[in-house]
Amino acid sequence: MRLACLALCLTLWSGLAAAFEVEDQRRLQGSGDRVLRILSTADLEVFAPYLDAFHAENPEVTLDYVVVSSAELHRVIRSGATFDLAISSAMDLQFQLANDGLARPHRSPAVDALPSWGRWRDVIFAFAAEPAVAVIATERFAGLPLPTTRQDLIAILRDNPDRFRGAVGTYDVRESGLGYLFATQEARETDAYWRLSEVMGRLEPQLYCCSGEMIDAVANGRLAVAYNVLGSYAADRLARSSGGRVQVLRMTGFSNVILRTALIPQAADAPRLAGRFIDMLAETGLRARPGDWPLPPLGHTEAQAAARLGPIRLGPALMVYLDPLNRRAFLEEWENAIDQR
Amino acid sequence: MTATGSIGRRLTLLLAGVAALLSLLSWGMVSSLARQAAERAQDDVLAASVTTIAETLRPEAGEIRLELPYSAFSMLGAISDDRVFYRVSAGDRVLTGYPDLPHGGPDPIPAGRVLFETGAYLGDPVRIASLTRLVLADARPVPVTVTVAQTQDGVRAVSGDLSRLAAILSVAFFLIAVGLSFVAARASLRPLNEITQAVLRRGPSDLRPLRRAAPAELAPLVGALDRLMGRLGLSIRRSEEFIAEAAHRIRTPLATVRAQAEISLRAIEDEAGRQRLRRMIRAVDESSRSAGQLLDHATVAFRAEDLSRAPVDLADLARRAVEALEPTATLRDIDLRLEAGSATTVRGDAVLLDSALRNVLDNAIKYSPEDTTVTLQVHAADGQARIDVLDQGPGFDGAPAEHLLARFKRGANATGIVGSGLGLTIAADVLRAHGGRVELAQRSEGSGACVSLALPSA
Repeated sequence: MRLACLALCLTLWSGLAAAFEVEDQRRLQGSGDRVLRILSTADLEVFAPYLDAFHAENPEVTLDYVVVSSAELHRVIRSGATFDLAISSAMDLQFQLANDGLARPHRSPAVDALPSWGRWRDVIFAFAAEPAVAVIATERFAGLPLPTTRQDLIAILRDNPDRFRGAVGTYDVRESGLGYLFATQEARETDAYWRLSEVMGRLEPQLYCCSGEMIDAVANGRLAVAYNVLGSYAADRLARSSGGRVQVLRMTGFSNVILRTALIPQAADAPRLAGRFIDMLAETGLRARPGDWPLPPLGHTEAQAAARLGPIRLGPALMVYLDPLNRRAFLEEWENAIDQR
Repeated sequence: MTATGSIGRRLTLLLAGVAALLSLLSWGMVSSLARQAAERAQDDVLAASVTTIAETLRPEAGEIRLELPYSAFSMLGAISDDRVFYRVSAGDRVLTGYPDLPHGGPDPIPAGRVLFETGAYLGDPVRIASLTRLVLADARPVPVTVTVAQTQDGVRAVSGDLSRLAAILSVAFFLIAVGLSFVAARASLRPLNEITQAVLRRGPSDLRPLRRAAPAELAPLVGALDRLMGRLGLSIRRSEEFIAEAAHRIRTPLATVRAQAEISLRAIEDEAGRQRLRRMIRAVDESSRSAGQLLDHATVAFRAEDLSRAPVDLADLARRAVEALEPTATLRDIDLRLEAGSATTVRGDAVLLDSALRNVLDNAIKYSPEDTTVTLQVHAADGQARIDVLDQGPGFDGAPAEHLLARFKRGANATGIVGSGLGLTIAADVLRAHGGRVELAQRSEGSGACVSLALPSA
């Protein structure tokens, strides 16, 4: 009987798993029969310390961690699949889920401690603020000044087309939700974005789906510069370990900062467990919990947030670029700029 | 009299009730206004949002194009953390947004004006703003409707906060109003209390009109009281006059009877007959004295109302009283002694004071055993003039003597002696009318009573 049940569960699970594209998965077996199912866009190497910390505190809970792309995550949660927690760096998609009533409210002292810009309506909670950065290979910039602003970067790329041809990388915003968010927010904030895109477009740019691949490409010399990479601690760590071959540059003036957020889907089976996980994430985001956490903290003040020096605002304006008409118009313009072959 | 609840408490409760009603009303009004203001603010932002979106509508190659401006939604996010839904449709065709979002208002919506409606979407109440614009597509105007909806949690939060604040203020207002009601009730009842106090402060025989300014509401009561007292005074005066008249009418025939008896006494030789006549004369004397005292009493009541304040020498007064009662005293072998120092003057009615002293002296003689002395001492000290009448009789038997001043009350040891019980009452009434008093005491040395008439000196 028990065997039959197990078999049925396995069949159902594999059927569900086949319904969407899983990039990675880890299961931390607990002593009890409670399961917390997490759907996330964060790579395992970045997120493992969080899972381990929660598992150490709640050894009876089995953790099931599934990594998918942000667009997949959005689609899966919208379809009503049973996950207890959705963690994503695509703020706009997360926001739309919450706005459409697909997230459950959660209240606790831990999330109350979050700054006002780090939460929305008791349903979305931020736990890391990550800037978009440029990663460069130092040797490819030999003899050139390191760019500190977008204008510097535009000038350097424009003046040295031969050196950078085919060696410039950025997100393919048609595929990457995060890349699209960075691009739209930057286009809204600064005119330099389109000029930079034009210049990159003339240099036969390489387009990527994910930050990790771009950083790897810079590290192994295929790229001289990767623009709009998610500047998590992973990139910093790589830059340190490369002995100066790879550098992380943060553009002054306007800087894109996204919030990595968590929400409890409406279909969650274990919302209380999910709430506890969110509490832990919120504490790590505020560095109220000891430990060496890989993701950057929510270090911005309310004043910085108000002056737009802080992260992108969690609010209905995020839905503007998700609108199909707007998206179509933006992508047309982006393709015209970046694809000039 | 039955007390039926306090006017003050009823007034306070009534005013407090009115205050509670007003507080409740004002709270309700402020809450409703706060909600309206918050709703209007949301409406304004929603109107701005749909207008901004509608302004981007344009025809392009026969198609209707638009782009959602960033500001259209960021302004909605700025006022509250409310959920936002939108839809743009050309006729029945949804161009973008949430296809099942109701657009509110009549169908088709008249162009050019923002229409608002409250509805529900995805299980939450929402405020919906819609604006229709005509856009030329393929050379014909197509009505395009832009609809933006927002949940109302922010409105509820704002109006809830204001409503709570208004509730606190209303309670404070109510408490202040209750305090003021209490003060107001006290203040409006003060004239009534003052009149009550004025009536209570009066002496037992003071039946003068109140003569006070009274509020219009109390004037009838004061007038009625005055008239009642007038009638009462008149009735008392009539009965006093009747008593005086009666006493007077009895005394005259009694005097005749006494004179005739005296003549018969002299004419009759038979000892038994003489004895009977003497008893008759004594009885007539007693009757005459009682009638005299009744007359005195009536006189006191009558004259005390309008007391004259002429200087009276107490020593002179005492001397005349002694002279007048000398025959009575001699009849019982009682020696009357007067000890008067310098002239001791008081202001008052000589007739009344004389009547008071005579009654006291008469009492002293009456209750003294035969062959004793009654002493009158006239002296002044500490702004007080006194006549002490000291006898060697049985005294007051150690019992509290003050009740003897009441009308028709006699001492416990007075049995066997003829008396009316009016004498000390008359003296006490007279002295009270003059602002003085009668003091009864046991003599300190030897037996006997000491009755003092104490008056303020002139």
